Amino acid sequence: MARFILVRIATMLVTALCLTFIVFWLTNIGPNLEKIARSEAGSRISDAEVASWLERNGYAEPVLLRYAQWLGVAPGWTRQEADGTWRGRCLGPGETPEEAPAFCGVLQGDWGFSRVFRRDVSEVILRGLALTGALMGWVMLVMVPGALLVGIVAGMREGSRTDRVLSTGAILTTATPEYVSGVVFIAVFSSSAVGLRWFNGSATSAMDAITFQNFTLPVMTIALYGMGYIARMTRASMAEVMTSQYIRTARLKGVSFGAVVLRHALRNALIAPFTVIMLQFPWLLTGVVIVETLFNYKGFGWTLVEAAGNNDIDLLLAVSVVSVIVVLLTQLISDIGYALLNPRIRLS
Amino acid sequence: MEPLTWTGPLGDWLDPLLLAAAGLFGLSLVLRLLAGLVPAPAPEAVVHPDGTLGLRGGSRTTPQAWALLASRATGALVLATLAAYLVGGLLLPYGEAGIVGAMIRRFLPVWVALGATLALSFAFRRRLGLYGRIFDSPVGTTGFVLVMFWVYTAIFAGVFGWIATHDPLAAVSGMKNRPPGEPLPAATDWMAGAHYLLGGDNLARDVFSRMVMGSWTVVQIAPLATLFAFMVGITLGLPAGYRGGWLDTALSFLANLILAFPVILLFYLLVTPEVVRTGLPTWMAAAMFLAPILFVAVLLWSRFRTDPARAVPLIAAVVAAMGWVYLSFISQPGTPLDFMGRLDLFDVPPGVLVVFVAVVFVNAPTVFRIVRGLTMDIKSRDYVAAAQTRGEGPWYIMLWEILPNVRGPLIVDFCLRIGYTTILLGALGFFGLGLPPDSPDWGSTINAGRQLLSIFPHPAVVPAVALLTLVLGLNLLADGLREESLRD
Repeated sequence: MARFILVRIATMLVTALCLTFIVFWLTNIGPNLEKIARSEAGSRISDAEVASWLERNGYAEPVLLRYAQWLGVAPGWTRQEADGTWRGRCLGPGETPEEAPAFCGVLQGDWGFSRVFRRDVSEVILRGLALTGALMGWVMLVMVPGALLVGIVAGMREGSRTDRVLSTGAILTTATPEYVSGVVFIAVFSSSAVGLRWFNGSATSAMDAITFQNFTLPVMTIALYGMGYIARMTRASMAEVMTSQYIRTARLKGVSFGAVVLRHALRNALIAPFTVIMLQFPWLLTGVVIVETLFNYKGFGWTLVEAAGNNDIDLLLAVSVVSVIVVLLTQLISDIGYALLNPRIRLS
Repeated sequence: MEPLTWTGPLGDWLDPLLLAAAGLFGLSLVLRLLAGLVPAPAPEAVVHPDGTLGLRGGSRTTPQAWALLASRATGALVLATLAAYLVGGLLLPYGEAGIVGAMIRRFLPVWVALGATLALSFAFRRRLGLYGRIFDSPVGTTGFVLVMFWVYTAIFAGVFGWIATHDPLAAVSGMKNRPPGEPLPAATDWMAGAHYLLGGDNLARDVFSRMVMGSWTVVQIAPLATLFAFMVGITLGLPAGYRGGWLDTALSFLANLILAFPVILLFYLLVTPEVVRTGLPTWMAAAMFLAPILFVAVLLWSRFRTDPARAVPLIAAVVAAMGWVYLSFISQPGTPLDFMGRLDLFDVPPGVLVVFVAVVFVNAPTVFRIVRGLTMDIKSRDYVAAAQTRGEGPWYIMLWEILPNVRGPLIVDFCLRIGYTTILLGALGFFGLGLPPDSPDWGSTINAGRQLLSIFPHPAVVPAVALLTLVLGLNLLADGLREESLRD
């Protein structure tokens, strides 16, 4: 078990390194840097001025070296201006290389500075994560019990009318991406054209105080898309368990149907959905990006869009590190949890 | 000129009828649920004079049976009313059946093609293999009808220019954000094109025409991109699963690497204009789209390698033809890869190639994982061992022994994946990536319409519903196919 986890964590680190390097390389590709220079130093500057701006701000060094600087395994660049002041990656205003630390990268806990938000990246990311955490918490609270209930009810009598209705409903929700259900929800429940106006079409006010009015639509939009998938997996797992020998034995010895479902079938039927729920996190991440953009809720997903749209290199790297860690960690947890829940599986 | 109402004069008496029928249908369903709670009298066993056993009583006179009959009758009434709308829309003159009727009339070629397809497929369904068995399941049939509706709409609108009433890019002044059924300022005659059937968007363009033309973008890109993703995934997944070892480790690591990327981030990184300018997507296209040529070449060679006299010219001809299409495909004026000149067969519109590459790139790793898993499962079967004993080469075994035997799950996944690709295309449009902003594809239209969503919902809701029905159709079709292929 320990060996398995160690190997997995090592793979995770290598994956994270590769991914961040790809993001680093793509965000530092020629035209992207040119765009940064023009947005920072003025859009009408000449090509020579762009080159000199990049040179002065440390963007002209080789990509691999700059990646190492971002990571914190190579000393940050320093440079003396004509007037004798120093500029550098790790240098604050007015500092000289002797005063500042030589290394300042992710390993030293320095995530850099966001060009768009004019704040430290760690601050922006933490704020976004806190807001998204609230959203995800509510989504999980709605989605998981709902999906499990639908799946169990549909799967306990496979092929029945209830099963058919619920399964078709589950297909319908998996066929409705967030940007479709979100648009339809806003049009129906908050537009003046239909006139129901039950909920807010924007979740901006939910960043300060979550209320039923401003948070129902975003939560429902995300929950609905994931719900169908989890429900179908639960249904399949439940239907399989219900045909097994020990369930038949329990029925034959006279246990009532309800007791069989609750006491005998449920525990085994919930192993597979657990894995599926854990693996839903990466999917939810995409949903969160769409919903936060649609409902103007300035969490992690919204930060991702802003960072990517403006090529905010440091912020984008931090965003990708966080999302990669979320994806890989949930995979690890789902594997370990699966092994713990199901004694027949041996990790090796 | 007057605006159109939703159902026009025809609706004056059909609408109340539909409402009543739907209400009764709902009521009968409730009755059925209630009747299900009452225990039915058990049927009585009787001995017939000839000595056989039978059942008497029970089903015919119970409340359950009455409720079932009631729900069937009212359900049929609802269907008949809906059919009346369809027939009314087709036969009555323009405007008599309102917006619904006018739209049904515009879709006339689709109804004809759909009817013909269904009639022919249903008549010969026993001879059509898996395709014919779709029609044994109501779920699969529903899905098939939905999918084919959009496919025919796309073809008739995109190729023949039939269904759309207006140019999807042309603005008519005075029609900005107008509600559905609004007449054009210049229109005088009651004829097709006199109204914006589903209203105008915020640039005064016809929502209905844009929705119809948007299907052409989706139907062009989604199946082809999925097919390419399958070619890439199969070409890499078969050897990874069959050989195992370092090849499997390396390819799986790469696949997991791509899968660990949040899709949206990947799109932003690949599809922004700055990255497109470096030519990176074009180079990726050049690398990835080699996969189909390789696939077909290896497929043919592994089959005919014992007969080089036939194999060499055949493969040379196929590779030359596919190579020409490949080169025309990747060579675009205005990108770093522009070398074909006069030999270039066709040009892919700007943005489409990039979107295409991004979608294939996102889908291929998942297909790879599925194919790899299936191959590992099947490679220990007897017929694979038999082929190995015969001395067949590894590629023959992979492509002609293993691949045909995993086709069931792959076909089902193909359907699902086209739906997923449609969702991805919509997501790209939603974030304004890739396709030009005035493109009528559904994602971009939703994106444009969401700014004023709470005041004028129709420009965003129409493409949203269109996308929903297409993806739903694909999902239902996949579900029907899965059910039918499991029945073997």
